Amino acid sequence: MPQPQSDASRKALVRLEHIEKIFNKDSVNEVTLFQDFNLTIYEGEFISVVGSNGSGKTTTLNLICGSLPVDGGRIWLGEKDITHMPEYRRNAAIGRVFQDPAKGTCPSLTILENMSLADNKGKPYGLSRGVNRKRIDFYKSQLELLHLGLEEKLDLQVGVLSGGQRQALALLIATLTPIDLLVLDEHTAALDPKSSENVMALTDEIVKAKGLTAIMVTHNLRFAVEYGTRLLMMDKGHCVIDSGPDGKEHYQIDDLLKVFNEISIECGN
Amino acid sequence: MSIVLSLIETVLREGFIYGLMAMGVYITYKILDFPDLSVDGTFPLGACIAAALLSFGAGHFTGPMAAVWPWLVCVIAFLAGAGAGCVTGLIHVKAGITDLLSGILVMTAMWSVNLIITGKSAILQFFNRPTIFNSAPVTLLPEGLYAHRQLLVVLVFAIVVKLLLDWFLKTKKGLLLRSAGDNHQFVTSLAKDQGKLKILGLALGNGCTALAGCMLAQLNENADINSGKGMVVMALAAVIMGTSIFKRVKFMKATTMAVLGAIVYKACLQVALQLGLPNHYLKLLMAVLLFLVLLSDRIKRKKKGGASGHAAAAK
Repeated sequence: MPQPQSDASRKALVRLEHIEKIFNKDSVNEVTLFQDFNLTIYEGEFISVVGSNGSGKTTTLNLICGSLPVDGGRIWLGEKDITHMPEYRRNAAIGRVFQDPAKGTCPSLTILENMSLADNKGKPYGLSRGVNRKRIDFYKSQLELLHLGLEEKLDLQVGVLSGGQRQALALLIATLTPIDLLVLDEHTAALDPKSSENVMALTDEIVKAKGLTAIMVTHNLRFAVEYGTRLLMMDKGHCVIDSGPDGKEHYQIDDLLKVFNEISIECGN
Repeated sequence: MSIVLSLIETVLREGFIYGLMAMGVYITYKILDFPDLSVDGTFPLGACIAAALLSFGAGHFTGPMAAVWPWLVCVIAFLAGAGAGCVTGLIHVKAGITDLLSGILVMTAMWSVNLIITGKSAILQFFNRPTIFNSAPVTLLPEGLYAHRQLLVVLVFAIVVKLLLDWFLKTKKGLLLRSAGDNHQFVTSLAKDQGKLKILGLALGNGCTALAGCMLAQLNENADINSGKGMVVMALAAVIMGTSIFKRVKFMKATTMAVLGAIVYKACLQVALQLGLPNHYLKLLMAVLLFLVLLSDRIKRKKKGGASGHAAAAK
């Protein structure tokens, strides 16, 4: 099994050390997903993670973001131990886009109100005006990046937008303020092929333009091969492929499919 | 004719008072999606505080303080209600008890708290004490208006509270509160604790409710510990009626809809009573009215579902 190359010149942003995660603990349905799982995300990396259902991809993201607690091990963000930090506090440094486009925006608020709220992330939410009219030009310039014409619809309720539009907006909102890590949780999976292409291309643009570190879980092997700087394939709580920071170009879709099939045969599928 | 006019005035007077509560419940039920039963306990809480403090204050305050005191009591009632709302919120958020049960716990506990405040009497009267309806600046009103002072005072209260809430809901904190009911994950993503926002919303909602109770007690010059029965039903009916009847009116704020809903609801009850419905049927009628309102709301939603199902669900 290829191990991640440790490179002293690279700075670790997130470190998962000796992670243990057990679901339905102390019941007949007990499932041990992670036992001594280790992963380091270096600054500036864009990691694509693939793997079958139940391999631990999304759980990894949930553990990093704090949506799920670990049963053992430590999680580090930079030099800070965030193992027991509540989810909302970790989010100060993390932006996340979910599979469900509805999770990243507020349906009954307008585009402008959604962006104003996101723009204030990291600052106190006090009793000053919620929408700062002086920032409208900035919001418009950001929305123009999406090429969806949303900059002309600032006062439209987000609930009436299509899934693709909402997801593009969610992506923009997650990255509006400076963050250390962008977490993409199958964020193109619920969209039609065209929208999913669009959102993926936008993601790549934004990650590059803002110089973000990102981790993306996807079921789309082509996206995983085409985008990002490092490739991971997970199975049963282990990384079965880790391209490392420099080896990504060696992997093609066919290679991934081959490993995928081998795994599936082992499982008896 | 004058009977009709005075009936209309009664409906408006009570409508505006219950409208205060409806605006509070709009925050918990519509914005936060929290069915808050504690209002059944915080409404009489406001009433009992008014009775206890006003009958106490009259003997101790003279001069300007005697006139200020009834208005101050309204603020105290609001704060006490807000405190009770915080308790509901803390039980729900920190102890992880379901929203309905948290409300029931506080509602039940309030019964004893209210009895403690009134000194163990179920009805506490305070006739001929200074109240907001007979203290300065109300006494300065010209003769013609003075006859309608009760309506004027409750109208001013309703407008002030409405404007304050409208302003609050447009601030950063207010926007965040609205997003908390809409999509709690969004709040978490903004690195904010959605639990605190829930507590804030419950505090505001129950503060408004206690204020309404306090005003009703000052109007009737007595506090009835039983006055809270059915307040949830009334407030919910007012909010849902208001928002569904007036939703097509452009530029009308939801807070206005809640107050108007309370007036429409009170009018329905008044009409039924005038048609000869015996008094003890009132709560039954209240429950039936809310049932009909909920049913029509549901049917409307079903019709709208399908094509624009998502947008409908978002509302």
